Amino acid sequence: MLVCGLLLTGGLYAALAPAQADTSQDEAALIKEGRELFLVGCAFCHGQNGEGVLTQGGSQYGPPLTDVGAAAVDFQVATGRMPMAQPGAQAPRKERVYDDEETEALAAYVASLGTGPAIPDKELYSTEGMSDKELEELVVRGGQIFLANCTACHNFEGSGGAMPRGGYAPKIRGVDSKHIYEAMLTGPQSMDTFSDGNIPPEDKKAVIAYLNELDEAPSYSGFTLGGLGPVSEGIIAWVGGIGVLVGFAVWIAAHTTRSSKKKDEAAA
Amino acid sequence: MSVDLNPDLSKVASTNGTTPATTKGGKAAGAIATWADDRLGLGGAMKKNIRKVFPDHWSFMLGEIALWSFVVLLLTGVFLTLWFDPSMTEVQYDGAYDPLRGVHMSSAMASTLDISFDVRGGLLMRQMHHWAAMIFIASMMIHMLRVYLTGAFRKPRELNWVIGCLLLLLGTIEGFTGYSLPDDLLSGTGVRAADGFMKASPVIGTYMSFFLFGGEFPGDAIIPRFYAMHILLIPGILLALVAAHMLLLVYHKHTQWPGPGRTEGNVVGYPMLPVYAAKAGGFFFIVFGVITLLGGLFSLNPVWKFGPYDPSKVTAGSQPDWYMGWPDGLLRIIPAWETHIWGITLSWNVMLPILVMPPLMLMILMALPFLEAWITGDKREHHLLQRPRNAPTRTAIMVALMTFYGLSWAAGGNDIIAIKMHLSINQITYFMRGAVFIGPVIAFIITRRWCISLQRHDEGKLLHGYETGVLVRSPAGGYAEKHLPLPEGKAYTLTARDDDPTPETVEEIDASGATGRTARLRKLRAKLATVFFADNVQKPTTEELHESQHHAEHELHELESQIAAGPNRHGPAEH
Ligand code: HEC
Ligand code: HEC
Ligand code: HEM
Repeated sequence: MLVCGLLLTGGLYAALAPAQADTSQDEAALIKEGRELFLVGCAFCHGQNGEGVLTQGGSQYGPPLTDVGAAAVDFQVATGRMPMAQPGAQAPRKERVYDDEETEALAAYVASLGTGPAIPDKELYSTEGMSDKELEELVVRGGQIFLANCTACHNFEGSGGAMPRGGYAPKIRGVDSKHIYEAMLTGPQSMDTFSDGNIPPEDKKAVIAYLNELDEAPSYSGFTLGGLGPVSEGIIAWVGGIGVLVGFAVWIAAHTTRSSKKKDEAAA
Repeated sequence: MSVDLNPDLSKVASTNGTTPATTKGGKAAGAIATWADDRLGLGGAMKKNIRKVFPDHWSFMLGEIALWSFVVLLLTGVFLTLWFDPSMTEVQYDGAYDPLRGVHMSSAMASTLDISFDVRGGLLMRQMHHWAAMIFIASMMIHMLRVYLTGAFRKPRELNWVIGCLLLLLGTIEGFTGYSLPDDLLSGTGVRAADGFMKASPVIGTYMSFFLFGGEFPGDAIIPRFYAMHILLIPGILLALVAAHMLLLVYHKHTQWPGPGRTEGNVVGYPMLPVYAAKAGGFFFIVFGVITLLGGLFSLNPVWKFGPYDPSKVTAGSQPDWYMGWPDGLLRIIPAWETHIWGITLSWNVMLPILVMPPLMLMILMALPFLEAWITGDKREHHLLQRPRNAPTRTAIMVALMTFYGLSWAAGGNDIIAIKMHLSINQITYFMRGAVFIGPVIAFIITRRWCISLQRHDEGKLLHGYETGVLVRSPAGGYAEKHLPLPEGKAYTLTARDDDPTPETVEEIDASGATGRTARLRKLRAKLATVFFADNVQKPTTEELHESQHHAEHELHELESQIAAGPNRHGPAEH
């Protein structure tokens, strides 16, 4: 126990010392707060220094976080994915556990462990202040990028889709712009990472603009049935189409059967 | 109280009598009609048909759903042709839908978007056309189930059954060519898949693909070609087949359920005019109305969200329309079987589910009437329907086929099932691989036994009467439920069926001196027939029925005297 503690303090000191040297007092306090939160809520799976914990089988309780950056923490914690409740196929989105301030502290701490993308600034994903014309062009471009890069997993309306072995790409409609940006930047779980070389920041913004447009646009064609494509359409055709029509057929036939029954009885 | 097993039927079937059931129109209308009739001579030809009689049962209207949705397809389809441009020339979209403005796409796609956003009522028409297509094929299928399960396909209607199968096939192809026309991402993915399927056929695959696409996929010929097929070739054949189907129907007359006054030689129901025409006409408006509501309320194929087809793009939830779903399902679950010989790859994993199974299923469907007639040796004409329970093996065969279809179909939606039910897509695949084989067998056995126990139930009702719900306590203290004889009409209906024929025995065949191939075939047939009819319950004989009637009368008297003797109907009798 003592050895453990010593090693830990030593390691932490080594990790934090250079950072402390050239950051402000506030930053240091934030990282310290983050570390405390991390030790309580995350270290069990990710290791005391975010080095990751292996299970006996060699797979991971939690992967190393040394190079995931603040953006990954902000995404994972602010969407409620982390802390993961129990090991499973996928960490689902859920009610978030840490508030903004705590999330910031956790992010600062994990960022201090190594490299990785920072939390994106607002102007990277916000379309505020754009003219209608610019916005329209952005949306058009974003739609094409979205179809080329995201729909394979998230479906054409962002309604989500299945991934192998019980995994799934979640519905991405109504997700905070910042988190969409961070998702692209960090590639959570089985999602690809779309680095800035892959989809430049301007294009990431375009994708976000397109997704927001989908949210805001009216449904021109009626109820979209979850936006799942032909499967839900087939169900409607059978239930709302054939089912209703057969009901009508029964109704029409019953109307005369009844009167003919009376006639039969009268004749008998 | 006796059931007359041989009622005098000549007097009952008044509806096929000699006086035409025509309406008395107004004088002016009558004059015009006479004028036209004198010139066109339609009256003579129509008289017979106007007096055609249609029996009434909801299940006889399923085919009408197909007919009327076909009419809706024709009407809305013609509207779409006015605006649709079947060309793969690349244009820059400049219509009302902002998120695609400026994107390059084919004229076909651009004109589909125009129909959706710039043509008044266009989106409604597109959606109605597509919903009608889905309903058209679905209604053909349930209509077919009705025909099969009631034995309406038997002689002399086998040919109409075959025509029906062809209609189903053509409807499916028509639907496929139709939803490929807009050239959007989803339909393009479907065409790409079809290209792959064709190329999977050994030796001729690549040639076929080049032939259809006029070169390498996608080329710029496929949409115009599909268009010609979709609005000309297939609708033409469909129309001709529908006409043949209806003519045969009129010629054969409608089948009917057995019942008092209904025989193999008559049809009891309503005359074509006015009753039936009014009902059928009314049903047309209902079908039209339901399709319009669907078209107005529910989104179908929102091509603007898919965007134009681009081979480098793909979307999750890429499924075909529902009627193509079951081969897609088989394709999704089949293991990756391939054979490599002489430098050729035989992709069983594509050939079996797509190139072998659908044609095989169609062939099985078409062959069903002939197979059954051969096995049972039944060469008689049938105009009275059978209840599904009275042909347990037949019913079970169809339920087994339906189970196979349903499971394959569900497999086609494996990704949606996985996300909606939080299952692993891999587990679903493994489950389905077994289920498509085991499921139909279980369904067959259960259905067959179920039918037979329903038959036993009917027999019980005939011989022992129906359950009255009146409980009687005997002097000894035991309780028993009293049964009363069925009303005559019901009893007649239940007994109005033929006994199953007794199959030949092997000894009989041997004794007949048959040898070689003929003998072997006859023996096979005899064996199949034995299995086909095994355990079926035959209807009670006349003697059995008479005896049960005596018994019932006796019981009734007993019950009456018990009630008369007791203090009240329900309470215990004092001794
Ligand atoms: C029950 C174990 C568990 C707990 C507790 C947990 N995590 Fe995780 N974490 C995981 C696992 C497993 C993964 C990898 C799979 C995944 O991404 O969902 C992961 C992934 C992550 C990632 C993404 C890594 C990457 O490669 O992008 C971050 C960031 C993260 N966790 C942060 C945290 C933080 C911060 C906490 C504490 C608030 C925490 N985790 C608590 C198990 C856990
Ligand atoms: C290989 C499949 C794949 C592709 C391609 C992909 N994603 Fe994802 N995406 C996923 C998976 C799996 C998750 C779930 C990760 C998790 O739960 O941690 C996810 C999660 C997300 C989330 C988080 C949703 C939430 O509920 O918080 C967003 C936002 C997102 N993706 C956006 C995108 C965008 C935008 C693109 C295209 C640039 C894209 N994804 C491409 C698989 C994919
Ligand atoms: C049995 C008959 C038919 C079936 C099953 C059928 C099916 C379909 C389907 C599923 C579509 C795709 C619609 C969409 O979502 O965009 C379609 C499109 C189309 N159909 Fe048909 N159809 C039939 C008959 C006809 C007829 C008779 C015509 C014309 C005379 C026609 C003309 C068209 C046209 C022009 C399109 C493309 C327009 C568009 O997609 O917006 N169809 N058809």
